[in-house]
Amino acid sequence: MEARVKASALPEPGARLGLLAAVRGDRGGQVLLALLGACALAVPALNLLVPESSPLHLSSYTVALLGKYLTYALLAVALDLVWGHLGILSLGHGAFFALGGYAMGMYLMRQIGERGVYGHPVLPDFMVFLNWQELPWFWHGFDQFWFAALMVVLVPGLLAFVFGWLAFRSRVTGVYLSIITQALTYALMLAFFRNEMGFGGNNGLTDFKDILGFDLQSDATRVGLFVASAAALAFGYLACSYIVASRLGRVALAIRDAEDRTRFIGYRVERVKLFLFTFSAVLAGIAGALYVPQVGIINPGEFSPINSIEIVIWVAIGGRATLYGAVIGAVLVNYGKTWFTGALPEAWLFALGGLFVLVTLFLPRGIAGLWRRRGASG
Amino acid sequence: MNALGLLPESVRRARVWERFAPRPEPVLDLSHGTILYLEDLSVSFDGFKAIDELTLYVDAGELRCIIGPNGAGKTTLMDIITGKTRPDTGRAWFGQQIDLLRLSEPEIAQAGIGRKFQKPTVFEHHPVRVNLELAMAGDKRVWATLFATLGGEQRARIDEVLTLIGLAELAERPAGALSHGQKQWLEIGMLLMQHPQLLLVDEPVAGMTHQEMERTAELLTTLAGPHTVIVVEHDMDFVRAIARKVTVLHQGRVLAEGRMEQVQNDRRVVEVYLGE
Repeated sequence: MEARVKASALPEPGARLGLLAAVRGDRGGQVLLALLGACALAVPALNLLVPESSPLHLSSYTVALLGKYLTYALLAVALDLVWGHLGILSLGHGAFFALGGYAMGMYLMRQIGERGVYGHPVLPDFMVFLNWQELPWFWHGFDQFWFAALMVVLVPGLLAFVFGWLAFRSRVTGVYLSIITQALTYALMLAFFRNEMGFGGNNGLTDFKDILGFDLQSDATRVGLFVASAAALAFGYLACSYIVASRLGRVALAIRDAEDRTRFIGYRVERVKLFLFTFSAVLAGIAGALYVPQVGIINPGEFSPINSIEIVIWVAIGGRATLYGAVIGAVLVNYGKTWFTGALPEAWLFALGGLFVLVTLFLPRGIAGLWRRRGASG
Repeated sequence: MNALGLLPESVRRARVWERFAPRPEPVLDLSHGTILYLEDLSVSFDGFKAIDELTLYVDAGELRCIIGPNGAGKTTLMDIITGKTRPDTGRAWFGQQIDLLRLSEPEIAQAGIGRKFQKPTVFEHHPVRVNLELAMAGDKRVWATLFATLGGEQRARIDEVLTLIGLAELAERPAGALSHGQKQWLEIGMLLMQHPQLLLVDEPVAGMTHQEMERTAELLTTLAGPHTVIVVEHDMDFVRAIARKVTVLHQGRVLAEGRMEQVQNDRRVVEVYLGE
């Protein structure tokens, strides 16, 4: 039903689509982008220009928190692209997010240099602690930002490509695919927990000092990261909207609804899936890379299956197959989480579960479905 | 020729090995007016002969009905033509040039044979127009699809097919909202978007109302001529309404062939259909 409305709201087929034109006819998307733009202006102003004594002042803690929500939102958009529009229920998207995060974390570790507890010029603290004599080969290059940025995109993308190539070619679909994505992230979690892996074991990577020479604790850096997150979300949203509005997006929807039929009329279904899955993983990786400097830590817990399941819940609550619904869901649920874990820490998981049940029962189209005209286009 | 005799031939520099020679693009050659040659085909599944030395010719532009009781081999015959099933023996040619038994399923579809399955499957969430757009012949690779736009000519083609299948007014409706009969027409339209020369239509009127049946008959009659249409159908009223030539299958063989009136009065056909 929701997709039906979506499909008929698409721009005229054949219209040349610029990136911005991709949200033409997508009211929610326009509102979202406008809000993002407003936040990107207001948040820095309220944090940097308004004096701390004023009630309008936004603390740096809040700025980092909002920035974190935006990276979650990007992650949710990435998931909605493959789940909502292509029908691949990935229960392992947290893995791509975490890999992007680790790539960024490795860069931040190398930036610490001699300022670590042990003061070793090259080796990060945990390696000194574990009596490592030299930097493992895969840590080389991470002292360069460009290299780390490349890895942020490449590592999740490559994993998704190889995984997707194997899975889609063998026509693994539905719940089986969901289970193996879950297994993928679980396996990565176990691996990253091991000290021998060289990623800091269960402590992960933390104690970061600065990024590109800017002090991570300073207000200006936090604001900069917030604006970067907003820009990344806007870009990710536009790119996904472009794909969804293109003929490829229609093919994706066709695959979601009738995979064999799509194959029968000549589309290489596994390639479409592979492309979108890989693209989605890259977006998730970028989200992770922006997440890590704002929260100041990345550890194997990010790979835990429950995280990936939570992403699915954000999207379901926000409204599947709308893209902007994913943003709403991610922000609202995480705001709720922040509030709950402060007020009633034990109750959070029950609240999340209850919310999921209630939304499924009473809002099958999610929050985004609330202000869709009922019965639009039959 | 002995091995030694082969040697000079093998080292000749200008020699093109057969397996490396570029295979000529198959061209549909209808110079003899016959589009489909099926000769001495036999298929058996676990000893059961589904098709038994069947021979059948179809002229270009013809509208042919194939009828027969259950298990007569109608569906198997369609499967052979589309490459889904390989016959144990026999020959199947599409025009003078294209050997169907050497082509894979997608290659056969590419060569110009389209098949409509019994149960209509359309993309329910997409508008009727988009259903046709997706089915359109053309570059279907990922990158090309991502940046694809509709040219004027393609748009005209979609409109033409929409009119032909009688769904022009419902073009922006989601296909899921169509009636069963309309879905069948949309399916036929999706086939037409791929420019097939030969259309195989499997039980098009099953579950249709009488009115829908009449329109389907009209549609298929219009399609014959520019296309060749083979219809497999149970419904005798429908066959009577459209058929110019009927082939009756029974136990994997052609039992009778000819005009409907002739076939209807054939003693053997009556026997098979009515029992003794």
